[in-house]
Amino acid sequence: MTAGPNNTATPSAAAAKVSLRGVTKAFGNNVVLRDFSLDVSAGEVVSLIGASGSGKTTVLRCINLLEQIDDGAVLLDGDEISSVGRDPNPVRRRVGIVFQSFNLFPHMSVARNITLALTEVLGQTTDAARDRASELLRRFGLSEKADVYPDQLSGGQQQRVAIIRALAMKPEVLLLDEITSALDPELVGEVLDVVRELKGSGITMLIATHEMAFAREISDRVCFLHGGTIAEVGAPSELFGAPRDERTKQFLRRVRM
Amino acid sequence: MVLAAVIVLVPRMPRWDRVKKSFFDVEQMRDSLPRLIDAFWLDVKIFAWTTPAIFVLALLIALARNSRSPALFPVRAFAAVYTDVMRGVPVILWIYLVGFGVPGLGLERPYNSPLLWGSVALAMTYSGYVAEVFRAGIASVHESQRAAARSLGLSSWQTMRFVVLPQAVRRVVPPLLNDLVSLQKDVALVSLIGPIEILRQANIDKAKFANFTPFIVAALIFLAVTIPLTRLTDYLWHRQQRRTTGTRVAA
Ligand SMILES: Nc1ncnc2c1ncn2[C@@H]1O[C@H](COP(=O)(O)OP(=O)(O)OP(=O)(O)O)[C@@H](O)[C@H]1O
Ligand SMILES: [Mg+2]
Repeated sequence: MTAGPNNTATPSAAAAKVSLRGVTKAFGNNVVLRDFSLDVSAGEVVSLIGASGSGKTTVLRCINLLEQIDDGAVLLDGDEISSVGRDPNPVRRRVGIVFQSFNLFPHMSVARNITLALTEVLGQTTDAARDRASELLRRFGLSEKADVYPDQLSGGQQQRVAIIRALAMKPEVLLLDEITSALDPELVGEVLDVVRELKGSGITMLIATHEMAFAREISDRVCFLHGGTIAEVGAPSELFGAPRDERTKQFLRRVRM
Repeated sequence: MVLAAVIVLVPRMPRWDRVKKSFFDVEQMRDSLPRLIDAFWLDVKIFAWTTPAIFVLALLIALARNSRSPALFPVRAFAAVYTDVMRGVPVILWIYLVGFGVPGLGLERPYNSPLLWGSVALAMTYSGYVAEVFRAGIASVHESQRAAARSLGLSSWQTMRFVVLPQAVRRVVPPLLNDLVSLQKDVALVSLIGPIEILRQANIDKAKFANFTPFIVAALIFLAVTIPLTRLTDYLWHRQQRRTTGTRVAA
């Protein structure tokens, strides 16, 4: 592989599954993303690392259209999804997101959390949705929890349910926003195992994370974000093994201590 | 303590005998009770038909106030003015204004009944109060719940219906019951524009027999309904507290 400071094996934008082109996003006067560009190809796993406030969450929320961008474009399969006035719901069916704080619906059972969007958004029958939920719960070892409410689950179990809830929609792209940050250390492993299992299933993943070892292990490419732009991007072995950018070096020194 | 003092001391007051006769006349009680209970039925009926109207109206107003689309600005503004105006004028005044005013426009029977328009006035004012309760409940549901729902492709209306409202309503059950206790009492205000409900019947009895006992009986009938309702409110409130604030420490 050829290494460059900005790019490693970037697919052409037309073939990219997800493509951010010159995206700018500000909250008031606070410019959070500056001319942010990134192409992710189908089935690729890309991690976003960087200091707190560098814009990782905002990138993911822009792809999912939970934030409206101020300038630039977000493309899904070459189709500009960020245009103003476009219905975000068809896009969101294809792009799932899992949040740091799980955000399960506390008044619904685990099964209902998973089937809600299947019945109400995809129009599946209750039985079909229920089958899909059982199948996924079984696959991830949570079969007995179908009829339990979220507050009766451990953090790790809640996060696994949140991932299943997103997966049930059969998304083409899955966005994971620091999905282990709110967990006790002993629960991190079970959640990361789910992500490991997903890699290679064809799903495209963007992962914002503070778990450097995990980013290194799972990613095809790693992006180091600084001040709302990509300071460096490369294969994990390059970015972690031989960082070029001074800011990357500094950041990695700090997180490794 | 206070109660004991009242029980012991009040009968020793110089004019207790007279008061006892005009307020606590047992004969009079027996005579008035059936009539008053009959009249109380009207209160119960007014309560029963205004309550659903209040909830539906209040919910619509609360949803209007919580709408987010810029295009719906006029709807939001109307809802805000509505709650302000309804809550800013005493209930009794609305009952006079609507209860006398609308039939005074010259409507045909049965649309000119003060009973009808008195009930409408109650529903209008109370929907203002209840809308604020709903609004607070909706606002208390964390934004991340909406983000989760929207990210699954649910529309904003589906998000409201399946995710936000069920959580909001659960949280506001105690204040809602509180408003119902007040409504139950304020129903009596409709008597001021004519319908013979319990308060008015008590007044008629008082005039006829020159005795205040019917008022005492009416008060007892109200208490028989409002105290259980209040206790239920307290119970639900505590249950809610336990759920949301964790296990109580012993002392
Ligand atoms: N809704 C918002 N309103 C205002 N400012 C926001 C909002 N969301 C994010 N920001 C700001 O945007 C910047 C980037 O935030 P973002 O959450 O994307 O960072 P992050 O890299 O995910 O950080 P962390 O590692 O702490 O999660 C921060 O300065 C933050 O204060
Ligand atoms: Mg973040």
